Amino acid sequence: MAITVNLPSVLAAHAGGARTIEATGRTLGEAVADVATRYPALGPRLRDAQGKPYPFVNFYLNDQDVRFRGGFAAPVQDGDEVTVIPAIAGG
Amino acid sequence: MTVTPATLAPVSITARPLRCRNCGAERAPAPVAICDQCLGPLDPVYDPTRRLPDRATIAGRAPSLWRYQEWLPFDGEPVLSLDTGFTPLVEAPALARRLGVAHAWVKNDTVCHPSLSFKDRVVAAAINAAAAFGLDTIGCASTGNLANAVAAHAARAGLKAWIFIPDELEAGKVVGTSVYGARLVRVRGTYDDVNRLCAQVADRFGWGVVNVNLRSYYGEGSKTVAYEVVEQLRWRLPSAVVAPMAGGSLLTKLRKGFGEFLDAGLVSGPAPRLYGAQAAGCAPIVRLVERGGGQIEPEIPQTICRSLAIGNPADGAFAARAIRETGGWAAAVSDDELVAGIRVLAEDVGVFGETAAGATTAAALALARAGRFRPDDELVLCITGHGLKTLEAVSGALAVAPVIDPRLREVAALVERS
Repeated sequence: MAITVNLPSVLAAHAGGARTIEATGRTLGEAVADVATRYPALGPRLRDAQGKPYPFVNFYLNDQDVRFRGGFAAPVQDGDEVTVIPAIAGG
Repeated sequence: MTVTPATLAPVSITARPLRCRNCGAERAPAPVAICDQCLGPLDPVYDPTRRLPDRATIAGRAPSLWRYQEWLPFDGEPVLSLDTGFTPLVEAPALARRLGVAHAWVKNDTVCHPSLSFKDRVVAAAINAAAAFGLDTIGCASTGNLANAVAAHAARAGLKAWIFIPDELEAGKVVGTSVYGARLVRVRGTYDDVNRLCAQVADRFGWGVVNVNLRSYYGEGSKTVAYEVVEQLRWRLPSAVVAPMAGGSLLTKLRKGFGEFLDAGLVSGPAPRLYGAQAAGCAPIVRLVERGGGQIEPEIPQTICRSLAIGNPADGAFAARAIRETGGWAAAVSDDELVAGIRVLAEDVGVFGETAAGATTAAALALARAGRFRPDDELVLCITGHGLKTLEAVSGALAVAPVIDPRLREVAALVERS
């Protein structure tokens, strides 16, 4: 069992059309790095050249904003669900 | 999900193309607000060679936000919500004295048509985008005012509406949405949870979620506040504007709107200094302005000011930049202060605003105390929603009205004591 990563449709094309992919890692940052290795077109869309998250791309770990859980340093484990959602304001 | 409802035919409007604010990539018009190259936000692209109207031409048009249609992201004629906008600009001398400025006005969007908040402006834009794309269902994530607006505009247009709100909103916001027959869904959690869910909903169901996948078109409606202020000041710019901040978009669109009228030569002079207002229980943009830097630190909202309770404002960094670059500032106020602000606005100006209006008024007072305004300032407060929507916030702070028998002497006794 691995970590499930849900992608928005605008990114699915960069993952061979898949809306859901799997990843491994001990932290969210490692899981994103794993995704970036396996889907090179996806990597630069998920994190910047220094491996940091973009301000306009949000990551949710089991539906919670990871910025409340340490960002890319947040620990992850098998069975966790990571959802990538572009930042969209509201009101 | 691209069935064209009978009520929309024939459609004479098309949406403008889009460009990424982050990487500059362009794409054809679509109900998409996110760049597929970098996930940055998309903005509509206007034809720089389009013919722009002069003051007299604009002044001769119908009193709605569509009198500025050359600056709205469509080609052709709008087909829906044609009578939204052009709300009163109310001079407020008592408030000006209280603030220590030369003049003050209230841009009174508490009477925006049809749902009594400035969200009618953005929905008027978004619903025409929905028409252009042939969408038969619109929706939104909302803290309340947008829910009211989407439900009202959709009902009138004969569109289906799916509306998602946090489960603990004011009764006025809930009833003021359900009454239109919209599919209203209350989501356990904060607005930010609702917003995240709606990003997934828009991705899954192909609806026109106005502040998600129609956002590029929707947001442009906010600029019309700036255009109206300029025209109503007889083609002058105010020196400063105070506006509430939730997602932060209004501040950025005010700046864009004033800038576009300057660029068009319709007005001259320095661009207004922009000031932002939030409740202290949810003030991520104010805190970004105060500490500097470029990144919002999200917060868990804890305030009665639910219409501004967005802890993770996606336009927050852009709003903070607009504030700093125009020479403005920002202020956060306590819940008690914003309730007092509602009363000041009502008693000084005769305008009953909701909690965000109280926050805006109270923030203006705080900014004045901090010396942020100048004695010669001509100040506009953006009052964005009606007080009847948030009666709970202020009712407990008001004196209980006396009950009397229908006898003149009882009135006389009251007059004696007053």
